[in-house]
Amino acid sequence: MLLRRCGTDAVLVEVDSLGQVAAVRAALQGIPEVVELVPAARTVLVVGGLAQVRQKLENIDLSAPPQTDKQKIVIPVHYDGPDLELVADTANLTKEQVVELHTGATYEVAFCGFAPGFGYLTGLPEPLQQPRLDEPRTKVPAGSVGIAGEYTAAYPRATPGGWRLIGRTEITLFDPRADRPTLLAPGDEVRFEVAG
Amino acid sequence: MRRLTVLATGPQALVQDLGRPGHAHLGVPPSGALDAPSLTLANRLVGNPEDAAGLELLLGGFTARAHGSCTIAVTGPSAEIRKNGRLVDSHAPIHLAEDDVVQVGTPRTGLRCYLAASGGIDVDKQLGSRSTDVLSGIGPAPLKVDDVLPLGTPGVPTGEDVVPPVNAPQELAIPIVLGPRDDWFEQPAEQLRRGRWTMSDRSNRVGARLDGTALQRKQNGELPSEGLVTGAVQIPPNGLPVIFLNDHPTTGGYPVIGVVPAGYLPHIGQARPGVKVRFQPVE
Repeated sequence: MLLRRCGTDAVLVEVDSLGQVAAVRAALQGIPEVVELVPAARTVLVVGGLAQVRQKLENIDLSAPPQTDKQKIVIPVHYDGPDLELVADTANLTKEQVVELHTGATYEVAFCGFAPGFGYLTGLPEPLQQPRLDEPRTKVPAGSVGIAGEYTAAYPRATPGGWRLIGRTEITLFDPRADRPTLLAPGDEVRFEVAG
Repeated sequence: MRRLTVLATGPQALVQDLGRPGHAHLGVPPSGALDAPSLTLANRLVGNPEDAAGLELLLGGFTARAHGSCTIAVTGPSAEIRKNGRLVDSHAPIHLAEDDVVQVGTPRTGLRCYLAASGGIDVDKQLGSRSTDVLSGIGPAPLKVDDVLPLGTPGVPTGEDVVPPVNAPQELAIPIVLGPRDDWFEQPAEQLRRGRWTMSDRSNRVGARLDGTALQRKQNGELPSEGLVTGAVQIPPNGLPVIFLNDHPTTGGYPVIGVVPAGYLPHIGQARPGVKVRFQPVE
């Protein structure tokens, strides 16, 4: 674990794995002086409360799985995405098998970024861990469900994007007027199901 | 209901308060007034709490009509303010009666004037703030002609108060604290000290973009995306620094060589394209 200076009141905690990111995030949650706590792929950005943060990090067990309240969320998906066939061909599977794999796994929101409510979900079965498109799309429709590298995600709103799209969901992922504005938050447990 | 009707917007007129920090882990930028001290000052002049929502007016050109009486104040760089066509003072409370028209001219220096009205701009909050976030589209849309801005319940004015306007300099020596990724660069402090830049016209509320010296990296490639603070100076592959301002993306994959302390950022929010820029690495 390495603490990197980030201006006068923030620090970037660098670790080796997503599991360690989750451990750091869990350990630092609930410190009132901390203004922002932003997990990412190999880092946790902490703004504010640095004295308390350093103290907490001194005796942290990075191997301990975090014990936090997590929401369990099910996202219904119409598996008719424009890249479903490409994904099936790349994995040497049928389209049906791709859907079975994607709905059969349990995912965790590792972190959010890119756009409000865009959650990077880990737990993607190995055959579905595939590269981004060579040419990113200039517009990915809201609700698109895609895969890229070790992640799967649903696009909260229309944005450019290079992920391989396997389906779409009608669920609301981001509503700035709601009490809980994003469907997904770091640490949440997510499954996908075939939409009825 | 007391309200203002927008008659002209100028290049960009936005509702801004002190933003919505605390949501970065959901991918939501902090947003809020770029020159927060000028907004809080305008609020104090009209008897509002400092965090009330006002208007951030880019390069003036704004006109509004009052419905019901209210007190307004315009702060930031010095600009001509007119009430019903007659010059009045900026940086002082101005009383508007029913149908009075206020005009905010183009500031002589700087970029952004702030208009506060007694009671504050009372549009609905989103994620705890009324600010418009131009990156994420959160908050009210940029103002258009004929928009009606409701005003909240006025507080008790603190009496006559006149303060000097912001004088935006033509040259900035920007303090920068090295890290978190200064180790991606050869002699980062030296490169920053020696470089010379100008503020680009592609700058906006997301980031101030600089033209000039391209910084040399000692390693190529990208990082796994990591959290960004406001004031982070990111170096994309072309080597030209981007200073992230309030509507910045919450994560990014290019190395951040250093961070500008928060107290200096209002000056950057007032720096016009063409303003000369140097960096001063500080411990």
